[in-house]
Amino acid sequence: MIGFEFVLPAILGLPLVGAVLIFYFGFAPNARETVTLLTAGSLFALVTTLIDPVMAGERPEVVLFEMLPGLALALHAEPLGLIFALTASFLWIVTSVYSIGYMRGHHEKNQTRFYVFFAISITAAIGVAVAANLLTLFVFYEVLTLSTFPLVAHHGSDKAKRGARVYLGILMTTSILFLFVAIIWTYLATGTTDFTPGGILAGKVSGPAVGVLLALFAFGIGKAALMPFHRWLPAAMVAPTPVSALLHAVAVVKAGVFSVVKVIVYIFGIDFLAGEPSGGWLVWVAGFTIVAASLVALRQDNLKRRLAYSTISQLSYVILAAAILAPISVVGAAMHIAAHAFGKITLFFAAGSIMVASHKTEVSQLDGIGRRMPWTMGAFAVGAVSMIGLPPTVGFVSKWLIVDGAVATGNWVALGVIVLSTLLNAAYFLPVVHAAFFKPEEALPHGDSHSGDEEAHGHSVIHDHGESPLPSVLALTITAAGTVILFFTADAPLALARLLTGG
Amino acid sequence: MTPHLPVLQVVIPLMAAPICVVLRQATAAWLLATGVTWSAFAISLMLLSQVMDGGVISYELGGWVAPWGIEYRVDPVSALVLVIVSAIGSVVMPYAKKSVEAEIAEDRIYLFYTMYLLCLTGLLGIAITGDAFNLFVFLEVSSLSTYVLIALSHERRALTAAYRYLIMGTIGATFYIIGVGMMYMMTGTLNMADLAQRLPEVAETRTILVALAFLTTGISLKLALFPLHVWLPNAYAFAPSVVTAFLAATATKVAVYVLIRIFFTVFGGVDVFVGLGAGKALMLLALVGMVAASVTAVYQDNVKRLLAYSSVAQIGYMILGISLVSVTGLTGGIIHIFNHALMKCALFLVLGAVSLRLGTVRLQDMAGLGRRMPLTMAAFVLAGLSLIGVPLTVGFVSKWTLLQAALEKDLWLVAAAIPVTSLIAVVYIWKVVETAYFRPVPHGAAEISEAPASMLVPIWIMVFACLYFGIDATWTLDVARSAAILLLGGAP
Amino acid sequence: MEFPGLFNYWVAVVLMMAGFYIVIAQGNLIKKVVGLNIFQVSVFVFYISMGKVKGGTAPILDEGIQLYSNPLPHVLILTAIVVGVATTALALALVVRIRDAFETIEEDETDALEAEDEAR
Repeated sequence: MIGFEFVLPAILGLPLVGAVLIFYFGFAPNARETVTLLTAGSLFALVTTLIDPVMAGERPEVVLFEMLPGLALALHAEPLGLIFALTASFLWIVTSVYSIGYMRGHHEKNQTRFYVFFAISITAAIGVAVAANLLTLFVFYEVLTLSTFPLVAHHGSDKAKRGARVYLGILMTTSILFLFVAIIWTYLATGTTDFTPGGILAGKVSGPAVGVLLALFAFGIGKAALMPFHRWLPAAMVAPTPVSALLHAVAVVKAGVFSVVKVIVYIFGIDFLAGEPSGGWLVWVAGFTIVAASLVALRQDNLKRRLAYSTISQLSYVILAAAILAPISVVGAAMHIAAHAFGKITLFFAAGSIMVASHKTEVSQLDGIGRRMPWTMGAFAVGAVSMIGLPPTVGFVSKWLIVDGAVATGNWVALGVIVLSTLLNAAYFLPVVHAAFFKPEEALPHGDSHSGDEEAHGHSVIHDHGESPLPSVLALTITAAGTVILFFTADAPLALARLLTGG
Repeated sequence: MTPHLPVLQVVIPLMAAPICVVLRQATAAWLLATGVTWSAFAISLMLLSQVMDGGVISYELGGWVAPWGIEYRVDPVSALVLVIVSAIGSVVMPYAKKSVEAEIAEDRIYLFYTMYLLCLTGLLGIAITGDAFNLFVFLEVSSLSTYVLIALSHERRALTAAYRYLIMGTIGATFYIIGVGMMYMMTGTLNMADLAQRLPEVAETRTILVALAFLTTGISLKLALFPLHVWLPNAYAFAPSVVTAFLAATATKVAVYVLIRIFFTVFGGVDVFVGLGAGKALMLLALVGMVAASVTAVYQDNVKRLLAYSSVAQIGYMILGISLVSVTGLTGGIIHIFNHALMKCALFLVLGAVSLRLGTVRLQDMAGLGRRMPLTMAAFVLAGLSLIGVPLTVGFVSKWTLLQAALEKDLWLVAAAIPVTSLIAVVYIWKVVETAYFRPVPHGAAEISEAPASMLVPIWIMVFACLYFGIDATWTLDVARSAAILLLGGAP
Repeated sequence: MEFPGLFNYWVAVVLMMAGFYIVIAQGNLIKKVVGLNIFQVSVFVFYISMGKVKGGTAPILDEGIQLYSNPLPHVLILTAIVVGVATTALALALVVRIRDAFETIEEDETDALEAEDEAR
């Protein structure tokens, strides 16, 4: 057995070393990609070694060094963080496979820069996952924001720069203006920032201040995209698809909701927050975000934008689940982080595949595309089913748990929101699937003036295309399979998630 | 040798300055200046370690016993300032050679080093002396040499900037001696420790109140407290690059030190902040300055001036920390003196390298510079992040401490102003970063190479210091905190 | 109020205000320096007055002299005068350079020329 003193810093250091090597091998794309895949693979393997001890009830903690007097950068392993770390590190492998197909297929420039910053973002995401106190969390949270900026602005066009500016602007504003203040407030009130089971605020803060502090945290973690601080997510759609996958599934938004759940569970404590009426507003805001974002998604014709608003709505599921404050719904929140990650990454991979193969970006152009790209659209359908929350996909499991929690605590607002949004989810996803498989293909040229990878097809009236490059298809098949497999093997992650509430 | 360290700290650069004039040769003067600055740095480190181990050092100049003779007094605060000044002074030296050769006429270079050493003497002297009038002398030594240093630039606007600075600086210094004179009238002493003992008896008189007003205004002029900062932006923007880097990192910091000295040591026994109302006034000016100067910085086209306005805003942080009058607040103010010196020095050094290669520091000319001078601009990004206050940089440590101090006192408006100005810093730093990295190199731009190693090494030393003291801030915070406790505990 | 006793201080205040006014109000760089000088001289007067002890003689150690003026402010102001001279010399040197560069020593004209530089 490898000691934690090694594993915890190692999972942080590994992608960083990977980034350096990727930079070093920048001149040789094949070697560079091999390094990426090797790093991703060994990272996942290392993270899995943490499962057994954490299941056995160990909560190892490693102090890296003291940053400010009395405040250390420290890492620990606990169930919630482990679920996030596992998801992120696994999806990094898949995303790397996918990016190889996508980036080469698209002839993107600055590919080395892309892989380097991708690896640094993963470091930051892992850091967020294993942060043992608020200071450490904040450090990696900010590193994540900054390291994803070059990815969002990858194209360097004016549009990309504008999008990236909104992205950076909102995330920095919320984190500095609210989260930073919230952390110092917590530190002053309690004298510590450690994540402690049961929370640290009980008896230290009370009355309306609890609601205010919760607001500072919930809105301060802008990556959770709680309305009205959600605009960065659609703005970041200018980025290449693998980056969208990183933002929406692997790291960024997941780091956001993860942090919110972690703060609710380990800083406030579920029981403490349940006893403070001033924290009750979060259910309403999360519920509003779910419904409003779904309604907006319904009206988007651009596929990626539709997915982006779907993400905003799905993220608030996690926050809603945590805000219900029932132990079972918190388990649901943890599960939903993984569930949404697998589902949404499949959808984004599919959207990217469609773009690479056919240069189509709008929902209205997708009629009949299922026959040309059966694997891609099949996976899209699976992802959509998971988003709606139907069996046999993992989305069903997490939604079930959240509903269970809502019923158990008699939180009818939450229940109503979930029912309504499930209908809305179906309303904006199923037409896409229906059109792809059952509508006849339109005989109109669509956006094939691009000099795509297949020059031979560039001049035909109907852009004649098949599936996208093999690595991409492989990746999206894996993630689609993942959503189904996780449904049947939900016991394992559930067992991990249950440890969160001591159940 | 060791007992005479305090006086050597000042005398070595003072003696070396005229020797530079005699040498008259650029390289020889540079060698001498380098040697002197590095030995000053070594002395200051020795002094700091002595103070941290064995407490306050008192040195009687010429063997005359204080309070009659002039006393040099080294406590944690002054030792820290000495280290900052001499460290910046020495790290800048290797950089200076190339930069000065490019920006100053060959036959005047020896004068540059002379003035540089005199300026160093003055700044070190201010930090080390325990005598209020002696402080004025050093203040003028540093100021006069600063005016010359600024005027050495080939840019004609530097002349008017230096002139304006001279007028305002002299008024400031004169205000200071008026204040000192009034204190002397009432107490009959000029020694700071002695003044601290005697002032409480006469604190209620109008003379002392007026003295405090003169002192505060005079020093505020020197430290460019908003709205007395008008001399600063042009002086920094048009001075030779090395001078800007050195001054931005040290001159205003030393003035902040003087303010701390006057308020907490000399007036240590008097209720300056609440009773005489200085706290509220300073806090208000600091806050307005932080916001107003940051906003002005956003609209600057000359990057050097942009950073100069940012300096005015950052001085606001330091004054804010002082005006909070708590151990945490003062710790924040003192640590920000140190941290800001590191990052502003790095940033201005980067601009010096840019100006050497590009010949300009205007924003639009810096398009695509990230690809043309990768190492230089990477340093700018890191130091810029530090200015914003991103975690793992020194800026974060300052902001953490200051915000904590504001929240301790339940000053929510103040607590809000700190992150807000950070955000404005994001805007102006990002303007530069975007231009450098996401704009294409203009067509027909001359081929330029990366800055020479002699400039890159000092730049990166400062950047690494920004990161190192941001990642492990325990040592600096300890020094700052012990200084703050000492200052708040009355006279040392 | 003993008017003659405070006379010196009144002189200092009037000089100070006059000097300060000239520095602020005059646009001519030389006149500004003159103003600055008057301003500084007021401080010299202030210090010297402060050292005077009523009935005291010059502070020279000699037989039969019991009461003498406080020498310290006088010595201090000697230093300040030196500093003042240096400042004036430097200011005038700067004015010469400014005249070389801008061909004017009027502040509003140099400001206008600077604005032109800025626009370039």
